[in-house]
Amino acid sequence: MSGVRVLVGTKKGAFVLTADGARKDWQVSGPFFAGWEIYHVKGSPVDPNRIYASQSSGWFGQLIQRSDDGGATWAPVGNKFAYDGVPGTHQWYDGTPHPWEFKRVWHLEPSLTDAETVYAGVEDAALFKSTDGGANWEELAGLRGHGTGPHWQPGAGGMCLHTIIQDPANEERMYIAISAAGTFRTDDGGKNWKPINKGLVSNFMPDPTAEVGHCVHHVAMHRDRPDVLFMQKHWDVMRSDNAGDNWHEVSGNLPTDFGFAIDVHAHEPETLYVVPIKSDSEHFVPDGKLRVYRSRTGGNEWEPLTNGLPQENCYVNVLRDAMAVDQLDECGIYFGTSGGQVYASADAGDSWTPIVRDLPAVLSVEVQSFS
Amino acid sequence: MTGNSGSVAAIVRVVLPQHLRTLAGVGAEVELEVDRPVTVRRVLDALEAGYPMLGGTIREYGTGQRRAFLRFFACEEDWSHEGLDAELPAAVVEGREPLLIIGAIAGG
Repeated sequence: MSGVRVLVGTKKGAFVLTADGARKDWQVSGPFFAGWEIYHVKGSPVDPNRIYASQSSGWFGQLIQRSDDGGATWAPVGNKFAYDGVPGTHQWYDGTPHPWEFKRVWHLEPSLTDAETVYAGVEDAALFKSTDGGANWEELAGLRGHGTGPHWQPGAGGMCLHTIIQDPANEERMYIAISAAGTFRTDDGGKNWKPINKGLVSNFMPDPTAEVGHCVHHVAMHRDRPDVLFMQKHWDVMRSDNAGDNWHEVSGNLPTDFGFAIDVHAHEPETLYVVPIKSDSEHFVPDGKLRVYRSRTGGNEWEPLTNGLPQENCYVNVLRDAMAVDQLDECGIYFGTSGGQVYASADAGDSWTPIVRDLPAVLSVEVQSFS
Repeated sequence: MTGNSGSVAAIVRVVLPQHLRTLAGVGAEVELEVDRPVTVRRVLDALEAGYPMLGGTIREYGTGQRRAFLRFFACEEDWSHEGLDAELPAAVVEGREPLLIIGAIAGG
């Protein structure tokens, strides 16, 4: 019997939403870690019962929680994130040097091949790796140390490493993205990194086409075509067909190309989803209408998906890690909003229903599929 | 049981904020055996030894300093700025009063 488990991180706790393959009747459990900010929850593709959660608080700092029973019970694991060596400085908002300071874990990415291995993207931007189920963490310091670090700067949400993508066809290749530095790639398992931002144009920078400094909001890949990447930048939706070496814009007819979330259909590598947001100073959907936009052509040509979504007086945001797709035969799409709704579509976006309407503000949504 | 100084270790009562009680799986108050002289640093060392999941939640890793939004109260006095190595009042050392670890009122 098929089913899905949706893992939701919110401003005040985590929730686990489960349903069978029809995705109509949902069980809601939680809040887990009530009162804490849960930036991200994600399960291991190797062992779906192994789930990692990033739990943080302005009072008590960062914790990492781990479940080995599919989210029923949790236990704290290691939370010591120490930068390798002297961290040095990055740019502050006004361009002055500012010391690197650990603040929180934004994203946890379990390994594609080993349930004990998991990566963590943190603020201030750095990439950490654990090979013992989260007990101990070591920085992959080649990223921060490759040379451009002093030119990175924080986006409005902080200088966060928010996206980690493993190449399923090449264990040595991985992509990460940082706001506001850009996208980076390693081809040797994380030892060495290079910026891959050619083609990005960011007018808030003195040199809009500089090698680094771009506010990349999120990057998505289809597992069957790992050299094709899609990006939601601060402004602009972008595409690369050569593993990030070059990018070109595919915003096309979107009503606004500002946004955070982007994802790819599980079985159609040219079908993309974004949620346009009005602007960088008005973080809500345009015209009071919550619309997911779908492209079936790899970008440029977009159609609004509105069936079941509020089309008046709606002013929510959808954050970068708050959209996910399942792997069932008819691909399901899920996203969460700043208003606490989690919407699901069991028909690739044609129609939507809220799983829950009144959670705390949603920070992240991930989904596990069971066949 | 004797402490570093050769004297009998103190039994110190510590009141944790609610979120840390939940994290550690304890009630409102915990009792800790602490070497004399009893300081906040030694109390926190004993607390983290007994409850490793609290590591980093009261003192920051790296600096070892009190997290900015936490405060230490003892005998109706604010001990947040007395330094981690200041000796705590006799009433705390003797277990008549607890050391309170309090979340600052910030953010609602």
